[in-house]
Amino acid sequence: MKARITITLKPGVLDPQGKAIAGALHALGFGQVGDVRQGKFIELDVAESDPKKAEAEIKRMCEQLLANTIIENYAYELEAA
Amino acid sequence: MKASVVVFPGSNCDRDAAVALEAAMGRPPAMVWHGDAELPKSDLIVLPGGFSYGDYLRSGAMAAHSPVMREVIKRAQAGTPVLGICNGFQVLTEAGLLPGVLMRNATLKFICKDVHLKVERTDTAFTRHYAKREVVRFPIAHKDGSYFADEATLDRLEGEGQVAFRYCETDGRITAAANPNGSRRNIAGVYNETRTVLGLMPHPERLADAALGGTDGIKMFLSLVETLN
Repeated sequence: MKARITITLKPGVLDPQGKAIAGALHALGFGQVGDVRQGKFIELDVAESDPKKAEAEIKRMCEQLLANTIIENYAYELEAA
Repeated sequence: MKASVVVFPGSNCDRDAAVALEAAMGRPPAMVWHGDAELPKSDLIVLPGGFSYGDYLRSGAMAAHSPVMREVIKRAQAGTPVLGICNGFQVLTEAGLLPGVLMRNATLKFICKDVHLKVERTDTAFTRHYAKREVVRFPIAHKDGSYFADEATLDRLEGEGQVAFRYCETDGRITAAANPNGSRRNIAGVYNETRTVLGLMPHPERLADAALGGTDGIKMFLSLVETLN
């Protein structure tokens, strides 16, 4: 199965990169842009056809390595390969 | 006293740490490659500065799961003192041996300069050679050094005396201007609950010899030698 994992900073955690991106977008004339938060996107293949098992494994991967849950939230989508 | 310095791919302060340790101990430490599952018997383990694994994913995240770290975590939990400097601090937080996390500097810039630090307590294995409320000068060189933990954790760290160093003015005042990277409550270094594990972003090993322009750092290594010998 294919997993698409999105990792974002938790609300309240300062995101200076997001702020810099917002500033650059404003400088380009996109004045309608408000708050910007940046994160990570990870796509990976799992050799597992049972969606429940794949989901459990993805959760473990996120908790152990892919996200630092002190500052980051994660979300994922699973899709049959 | 026997010390080990762990070398990760991308470590670049491992030799500086070894030189400072040898100056204090009178013998060189063992240099242990990250891929080794075995760690020599050590009274002190040092995780040096650098850019282990190119800072991929998050600074310290990959190194925290390298083979040697399983043994480092085991030894730390059994009470062996561990010192993490800069990237070593990041590795210790990612490995769960220290609370909090080191985030991108608030300025988004890599900062390389000397800073002043207040030694918060002088009754630990790492700091007994410092005077009470002493202000020391250590260099910093990092882009991901902004210490973050939630408010409850910060309160607990302060309450339990786990704050080791804070960025300060030359006279010891803790001010926003003295905070180079946006660290919460000016925290530059923290201990674990038993104060046997210390992580700090500034580099004591880089000012541990008069020829390098300062000796404030050597006192940390002398403290460890006195405690562990």
